[in-house]
Amino acid sequence: MPETIIRTEHLSRSFGTVKAVDDLTLEVPTGIVFGFLGPNGAGKTTTIHLLLGLLEPTQGQASVLGFDTRTQSNAIHARCGALLEFAGLYERMTAEDNLDLYGRINRMSAPDRRTRIKELLTHLDLWDRRKELVGKWSRGMKQKLAVARSLIHRPPLVFLDEPTAGFDPQAAAALHKDLLSLVEREGVTVFLNTHNLVEAENLCARVGVIRQGKLLTVGSPDELRGSKDATQAEIMGKGFTDQILAQLRARPEVASTELQNGHLLIELRQGNEIGPLVNLIVAAGGQIEEIRRGKASLEEVFLTLMEEDKR
Amino acid sequence: MSDLWIMIWKEVKDEVLQGGRQAWIRPLLIIAIMGIILPWELGLGWLAFNNVVILVVVYISFFFISSFIGDAIAGEHERHTLETLLASRISDRAILLGKVIVTVGYTWLLVLVSLLLGALVVNVTKGPGPWTFYAPFSLLIYTLVLSLLSSLLVASGGVLVSLHSPTVRQAQQTLAIASIVLAVLLVLGIRSLPSNLISSLDNNQIAIIILVGIAILDAILLAIALVSFKRSRLILS
Repeated sequence: MPETIIRTEHLSRSFGTVKAVDDLTLEVPTGIVFGFLGPNGAGKTTTIHLLLGLLEPTQGQASVLGFDTRTQSNAIHARCGALLEFAGLYERMTAEDNLDLYGRINRMSAPDRRTRIKELLTHLDLWDRRKELVGKWSRGMKQKLAVARSLIHRPPLVFLDEPTAGFDPQAAAALHKDLLSLVEREGVTVFLNTHNLVEAENLCARVGVIRQGKLLTVGSPDELRGSKDATQAEIMGKGFTDQILAQLRARPEVASTELQNGHLLIELRQGNEIGPLVNLIVAAGGQIEEIRRGKASLEEVFLTLMEEDKR
Repeated sequence: MSDLWIMIWKEVKDEVLQGGRQAWIRPLLIIAIMGIILPWELGLGWLAFNNVVILVVVYISFFFISSFIGDAIAGEHERHTLETLLASRISDRAILLGKVIVTVGYTWLLVLVSLLLGALVVNVTKGPGPWTFYAPFSLLIYTLVLSLLSSLLVASGGVLVSLHSPTVRQAQQTLAIASIVLAVLLVLGIRSLPSNLISSLDNNQIAIIILVGIAILDAILLAIALVSFKRSRLILS
């Protein structure tokens, strides 16, 4: 297995005058969950279509598992699983038949199909309902079945396009749990399209952020949080006077500070420590009971990136 | 198992059986009309194969298949199942031919069952006497081939219509109109032939000319459908 499972170079795709994907250069390492994060209409689905060879790029090139997406899409389809924008299940067929169909398409033998279907449905707590028509199932169950379908032929790479879109938080959390356990068990690389920041934070080892077809940044969630200019400190205690606030604001390492419900919130510029500021507060008569440090959330990073790109 | 057999298996499960009893209403209705009610009403006239019988057989094939093929492709679009199928390793050709074969085969089987049942009903209801069958027998064969070829014609045309229809309803409506226009053109075409030409031919020759004409149309439409049924085009639509 190559170290880089997906590679794109200046990949672009236009629809008329609209550039859905614009000069995308990206490398996805093998064996991780890679989150492709962006708002609706950012170009995430088009990127998956390009990587699966379902659409031809207008410019640039891409390879998946070492196969060129333009000329070797059949090889890519044979080796990848996909849960696209919609679950794509045959609702007039049973759950078992839905999986069986994709097992047959992927040239699995009958005994192998039976074993694999039992394995996946048991793992997802759907085995007892395998003879039911999928049309009668809840959305969450359908989505779990669609995940199972994408893994039926033990692919090394799976594309998931917003698998929890429209889910309530509880159902989304349940699917995240199932996804993570399947991914760990199967050792599969996942390319996950999402606009759900919690999903990206919980599941992904690396995240790429896309907006209007352009890749804004790539890194691990930790790196992205660390890349934000400021980290936060929340100080609980008493005696945080206006004078202390003014002194803090005058310090070069402080990006901003404010008092919220008696708690002092300080945003530090990158690379600075809270210690000298604590000394300053104490010297000015402030009484500190507790200090909490935290990096910016992925949501804050994402929103900052969106804002910066707009500007 | 080849891609084509996989698609046939899938189409039988999804389109023919449809996982419920509702799937049997339409075919049973056709068998009831063509296999029981009309033969009962027409009696021995049904077995004599007059023009009305042939027209009924062809019309019912048209009617059934136009609703069926519309659902097979536009339905997959509407239910968002086609995109996932296209992202799999199955070939475009197998998807298309699987749908056409099951649609045409199912319709033709219904016609065959109805005609055989019709013969049974006529013999049971006519009272005592020797058992009779469709006569001349060659006309039964021609009718069955005509049903097969006209089903293929509507199925191939249906694929093309379906490819450009966002919904099943629109595909079925367009196909119904196209079928009527086609039928009118065929009748006008036959009537415009010189009468001395028709009178110089016997019934067998006329039947063969009609069947060959439809077979050529089938081949053209199927070839166009195969060329049009491409992954990238389907994804964009």
